[in-house]
This record gives sequence, C-alpha cells and structure tokens, in this order.
Amino acid sequence: MIAVENLTKTYGPQRAVDDVSFTCEPGTVTGFLGPNGAGKSTTLRMICGLTPPTAGRATVAGVPYRRLGNPGRHIGVLLDASAQHAGRTGREVLALAAITMGLDTARVPERLARVGLDGTAAKRRVRAYSLGMRQRLGLAYAMIGDPAVLVLDEPANGLDPEGIHWMRGLLRGFADRGGTVLLSSHLLREVEVVADRLVVIGNGRILTQGDKEALLGAAGTMVRTTDPAALDALLQRMGLTGTRSADGSVLVPTDPETIGQAAATAGVVLLELRPAGSGGLEEMFLRLTASTGPEGAHR
Amino acid sequence: MSVTTDVTPATVPAAAAAPVPMARLTLVELRKLADTRAGMWLLIVIGLATLATSAILLGWADDSEITFAALYTFGLVPSAVLLPVLGILSVTSEWSQRTALSTFTLVPARSRVLLAKVAAGALIAVAATAATAVLAAGANLIAPAVGGDGSWSLDPSLIWQSLLLQVLFVLMGNAFGALLLNTPLAIVIFFALPMVWSILGGSIRALADASQWLDLNVTSQAMTEPDMTSGEWARLAVSAGVWVVLPLVLGAVRVLRREVS
Repeated sequence: MIAVENLTKTYGPQRAVDDVSFTCEPGTVTGFLGPNGAGKSTTLRMICGLTPPTAGRATVAGVPYRRLGNPGRHIGVLLDASAQHAGRTGREVLALAAITMGLDTARVPERLARVGLDGTAAKRRVRAYSLGMRQRLGLAYAMIGDPAVLVLDEPANGLDPEGIHWMRGLLRGFADRGGTVLLSSHLLREVEVVADRLVVIGNGRILTQGDKEALLGAAGTMVRTTDPAALDALLQRMGLTGTRSADGSVLVPTDPETIGQAAATAGVVLLELRPAGSGGLEEMFLRLTASTGPEGAHR
Repeated sequence: MSVTTDVTPATVPAAAAAPVPMARLTLVELRKLADTRAGMWLLIVIGLATLATSAILLGWADDSEITFAALYTFGLVPSAVLLPVLGILSVTSEWSQRTALSTFTLVPARSRVLLAKVAAGALIAVAATAATAVLAAGANLIAPAVGGDGSWSLDPSLIWQSLLLQVLFVLMGNAFGALLLNTPLAIVIFFALPMVWSILGGSIRALADASQWLDLNVTSQAMTEPDMTSGEWARLAVSAGVWVVLPLVLGAVRVLRREVS
C-alpha cells in the first residue's frame, strides 16, 4: 500500500504540491486525476524517492521508498515511458531490470509477449518504438519484479483504444488479485472505468477524493423539465444552484428523491430525473479543476 | 483530510528490503557500457585502434624498437584516450537519455549506483590493459618474422603503473561526467581543460612550478617510465587529487542531490 501524508513541494515561491494526503489500499485502483501541471507527476516522483519533498512524507509498505533496498520486487514504477535509452533494445532494457532485481533473464521474452511485444519488437532498439510500444515496454518493466504495488504516470498516453482497453483489463486483474494500483491521468474517462477510488488534484492541492461510487453519487442529479423558469425558482427556494447543460438539462447538487419530491410538490413537470453519474463526475472534474483559485479546495 | 492509519501496516517483503549487492550492480553497469550502439562502437574502435598500434610498429618501426615493451606501451594509447569517454557516457547518458529515472527507481541508493559505475570503469580499464598485453604478446611473436627485435623484457613496475594510469583516466571520465551531467560538454571539457592547463603551465613561467604538481599530463608521464620515484608518486597523487578525486566528489554530491525528472 501507499500512504501519502501532507506531502508538499515548493519551487521558489511556487507550491507545486501543497499538503497532499491520500492512501492507496491493496486490492484497489486509485485514479489520480488533475489537469496538466496540477502536481501529479511531482507527487508521484516524491512517492518514488526521486524528488525530495519540502514537507510531509510518503511511504510504501510502511517505509519511505528510498529505504527499500531492491524496490522493484515490491513496487513497479512507470513514470515516463520515453525515459529509456534509445540505443538499447527492448529485451536489453528488461534484462537490465531483471539482473538488477536478482531475477533470471529467462523471464524476459515471456514478459515482453505478455504486454504485446513480439520477438521482432524485442530485438528492435527503443529508438524505433512508437509511444504506445514504449508504454507497453514500460509496463513490462514495472511488472517484471512481480510487484504488489504499481505506480503509473499517464500510462494510456500513446496507446490506441484497443491498447487502452487491454491496459484497463491488466490493471483491473492486478488489483483484483490483491495488488495496489496508483494511476495518474489528466483524462477522467481514462480512469473512470478502472478506478475504485479517485483523488482529484488541481494547482497542487487535493480538490476531492473518495470512492468512485460515492463521488459519482455525490455528483448530483440530472433534471430536465418543460418549464426551466419554474425549476430555477424551485431551486432558488431550495437554496441549490443548478448547472445548465447545452441540451437544456440541469445538474442539481442533490439526490434524485429530494428534487423529485420538491418538483412534485411545486407542480413542476419533469421530463428526466436520474443520477448524474459519470457525466456529473466530468462536470465536477471540470468545475473543480477550472477554478484554480483558493476557493478550489473542497472537503 | 485524515489519513487512514488504522490499517494493518504492510510489511516489506524480504526480497525488496535487502539492498542490491554491489557485485550485481557493477555487473549491470559493465553491461550498460556495451549494450548500446555508442558504447559497443567505442569498444570496437578501441580494439581496432589497439590492433593498429601493433601493425604500425611491426610495419614501420625500426627493427630494434619492435619489442614487447614498446608494443605494450604504444598499444595502451588508444584505450587511454578513448576509454575515459566510455566513463563519461556511463554517467552522462543516465541524464541525457533520462534513464536516471528508471535506474534510481530500481536502486534508490544513488551512491551505490555511482560506486558501481566507478567499479565498472576500473574493471573495464583493467580488462583493456590485459587485452592490450595479450595483443602485444601476439604481435611480439610475429616480430622476429619481420626482422624485429622481439625481446620480452618488461620492467614489472611498468605493468602496475600502466594499469593505474588506465584506471585513473577512466575514473577521471566518470568524475567529469558526474560533475557536468552533459555528454558533449563533459567530453569537450575532459579533453580541452587539461590541454589548456598544460599549454598555460608550459608557457607561463610563473605557473611552471605549479604545473609540475598539478598537471596530470606532466605527472602521469612518469608512469610510462619504469620505477617511479617517491617524488613522482607524490606529484601524481596531488594532480590526481585535483583532476580525479575532487571532481568525483563534487560530481557525486551533484548526482546525489539532483532531482530526477
């Protein structure tokens, strides 16, 4: 498991990561969401001991990453698929990792095959790899030590839809077997399907975090009515602020029953009433990450 | 925001807790010297150039000069010049190719990685010296056939001195690589700076005394002659301190502190 406690990183006057805390439990996939430059990569680098935090701490299995003598056997890391020597072959990259970890290099071809890199690809130099192939190699690299924890920074970058689907299955299976996955992305849709928990970060601070289902539920209710003015008046009386979408539906920050009951009492005709679900989460994500001001912090 | 601390503390499996042994790390660093095109070609060029030194002596030197000592000494020139580049690449490529990210993720103890690179550099220098000795011996067997002297006498002190010289230069490459963390810059500075210093020391009278102690090109000259005197050793030690140890220490501090991204 991974525990991040009050992690902070400042570069001069800029707070790249500001008091970030969360945990990743075994058996779960945690989606680490935020726009580019939100501080995701800096946080992941601090977890992996590559960047010293200004304040706070991060532990893997209870100890700081840098105290692990041979971390590859417990935690697999893919922070940047392009950060491999362009002049090495894919097979050699994995062989070096295997030797470092004290493993037999005989497992290399099978591990490459498992991520969809065949014998021909294995013999090619990384220079000739597409970004998608590099991501696959990076995943094989992260997983070659049979770790219990995976930390992946934007692993879907450069993968085609089939590749993204494959990766989701891989990570889901890994977590279902008791593994811990921390997965960053700037695209909600990418992690929504596979994640159990979400941590949303913006401008270095945690905006919201929790179980995906809870966040999806908390995202509100989609309401469509024949009489928008009456609905607006009703919402005003209830002290709620709706967000109107282009198709005329309104996202209301409450559960379906509350708004349905109120609409019935007020005689407002509803055409549609449903939990906002992922659409609402995306709405929330955009809203939370768009406002980068101090009011952006929630919970 | 509260952090859940009531979960059972996960324990680190033994395989992940124990540090990677130095021997294994050194083996990995040795392998990394030769598993890229740049590294492989550098080694091939050094091998071919060393072959060429024997060919040159056998073909064009005065017959009396074709001895094992001469073949061996001349044969060491290519590796003395080019192996340090491998030493530089060993460190700088981690940053220019951004492999430091995965290297230090697998081995967070950066000092151990650096130590393994130094050990690998020393080992490759020893191996190159041994290979040169074998090659020189082979060439010396042919020597009588082309009318050469072919004598086998070699002052034993020369073996150790030449070995040390090779190791020193490769470590100097490691040191400059760690200090500058940039391949082209490190290679240029590695070759240009000592040269500039030698020119200055040779031409400016006020620097003449200092260069006797601080110019590695001058002090290492004694290593190619048998039986160095204690004065020569002292000068070598001082200049090696300035050109090898000091940059290695400063470079290590830089590598240990630098943020990897």
